Amino acid sequence: MSREKILAAVKKNQFTHAPLPDLEILNSLTATGDNLTQQYTSVASAGGSFVYEVKDWKAIKTILHKEFKPGVKIISGIPELDEYTYAGSVLDESSHSFADTELTILQSNLGVAENGALWLTESQMNIRVLPFISQHLAVVISKDALVPTMAQAYAQIGNADYGYGAFISGPSKTADIEQSLVIGAHGPRSLSVFILT
Amino acid sequence: MSNVTGKTHPQLAAIFNQDEPRVDWHDETLWWVRQKRDIQAHKLPEWELLRETASQIKNNVLSNLSTYLEQFEANAINNGVIVHWAADAEEHNKIVHQLLQERGINRMVKSKSMLTEECHLNEYLKEQGIDVIDSDLGERIVQLANEPPSHIVLPCIHKKKEEIGDIFHEHLGSAKGESDPKILTETARQHLREVFLTRRAALTGVNFAIAETGEFVICTNEGNADMGAHLAEIHIASMGIEKIIPERKHLGVFLRLLTRSATGQPITTYSSHFKRPQQGTAIHIIIVDNGRSIQLGREDFRNSLKCIRCGACMNTCPVYRKSGGHSYHTAVAGPIGSILAPNLDMKKYADLPFASTLCGSCSNVCPVKIDIHNQLYKWRQVIVKEGYSPTAKTIAMKAMAFTLSSPGLYRSGGKMGRIVFKYAPFAVNNGLNPWYKHREMPKTPEESFGEWYSKRKEAKQ
Repeated sequence: MSREKILAAVKKNQFTHAPLPDLEILNSLTATGDNLTQQYTSVASAGGSFVYEVKDWKAIKTILHKEFKPGVKIISGIPELDEYTYAGSVLDESSHSFADTELTILQSNLGVAENGALWLTESQMNIRVLPFISQHLAVVISKDALVPTMAQAYAQIGNADYGYGAFISGPSKTADIEQSLVIGAHGPRSLSVFILT
Repeated sequence: MSNVTGKTHPQLAAIFNQDEPRVDWHDETLWWVRQKRDIQAHKLPEWELLRETASQIKNNVLSNLSTYLEQFEANAINNGVIVHWAADAEEHNKIVHQLLQERGINRMVKSKSMLTEECHLNEYLKEQGIDVIDSDLGERIVQLANEPPSHIVLPCIHKKKEEIGDIFHEHLGSAKGESDPKILTETARQHLREVFLTRRAALTGVNFAIAETGEFVICTNEGNADMGAHLAEIHIASMGIEKIIPERKHLGVFLRLLTRSATGQPITTYSSHFKRPQQGTAIHIIIVDNGRSIQLGREDFRNSLKCIRCGACMNTCPVYRKSGGHSYHTAVAGPIGSILAPNLDMKKYADLPFASTLCGSCSNVCPVKIDIHNQLYKWRQVIVKEGYSPTAKTIAMKAMAFTLSSPGLYRSGGKMGRIVFKYAPFAVNNGLNPWYKHREMPKTPEESFGEWYSKRKEAKQ
């Protein structure tokens, strides 16, 4: 059995116990400054996201109506945006059937100012492939849900249970051809972030 | 793809060096990436603390690896994931093949995994009649070109956009002469979308595996790992035993370091945490040793197992930048690869620890503080001692040791050298002298220091 063989070899060759370092100092640093919304917006925009500060759901709807023509397939994981197909109601459909989705709108409860990342778990996505297969992605987050760095983000996630979760920090992109940044590799061609103030 | 030619690093580098403008371009591109890394590192006042913390976490991992592996396995199984163990590349490849065979699958989509490169999985599966398509754009390009990646993060960094245009024209039907990165990326998007939607099996690598929760994390910018995994009925994740980190919160340290060091981004677009399989699908994890447990036992080299595969050491290495990734003839090129490869096969990779100036730049940028240049220096000593150094080098070293241990011989040798340099420079400035290849030979003084010193002493008296 390779399992036993590998574990025995590892056990034999690992050295005397080295303790884990204290994360306390790192976790208490908030080097990104006080204005998290501003910091988030600047980093996320540099990463190719469109960031909007909005007062209410109505403002979000106005922007979405302007950006997306009626008739395209739009899926929403947010009950407040009820004019679109609710993701919870199409759970039984095969993941492949979302290939023609133009826009998916999801809610995040945790955003990171230092790198523009938004934490989304399976329960917010409903269907794992949705934020990847759509041509465009929009995420709504409350201003209070922003934290300075990944240290505070994981402190908040803690030991939460999820089947799948992802930090998403922008539109799908690549720079594999001569290091030229191209937005829209396999996933969404754009990420719009609505910060509810 | 292995080094089928049997050529050594200097020989392969000489081939790369034939095209001087390309070497300059390669050099400048990677240095630009290195500079982007610096900008990001300097933005965080706690950067050095992060590096030190990451290094200590990995120290703890390596000292408790067997326990963490068992903990990870138990938690993963508890999450509904199926765990396999592979002692070597061959066993890994067989497990993948069997998983596909059981389901009657003969086409698979793959996300970037340097471990499967190390195992030569694609070639193996091809022989078994299974079609594998790499979905990372850079990997897809080198796959179509029938080449291995030349960099662990930037697989086709050695290719010009015009060459990629030619490859896409031939294989993906893009217009002849098209070299616009935007249009070529769109071509790949359309081609790979069809692949994602039709493959029943997806294989991915693993960036971090968390002992505490049994989940694993994959980082990509393109979203290709997720597109593959979420659309397939079976997701196979291949991980080296060293990918373990103890607790979920430690990701807060590593995810802050990884892409800042790799490409100068604050984080990858996607950092995906897989814990349980999606309903109706299966996740299989293959935990691979392939020489890692041996490296763990080599006290001088075990730190190399801390590597999180960011590629920063390659981007900064003056030798890598000017010799190209393929000259290293191993899956992981550059400074870190040159420490990892001799562990697997000391004879085959005896040349690699010598492919360095030992300038220490690699160690300076390493996000987990691996003493890379020290390890390269130590490998040289091991390789010479074990008798794997090139014959010419061994003879030269022996002659040097003999000369240096005899003052008389050293003095007359020096004198001879100065005479030859002065009256017969062609005897050293020629192609037969490997030292002359990329250097001007020095101007020699009229007399040695010893001669000058005794003359001066006489004059004073």
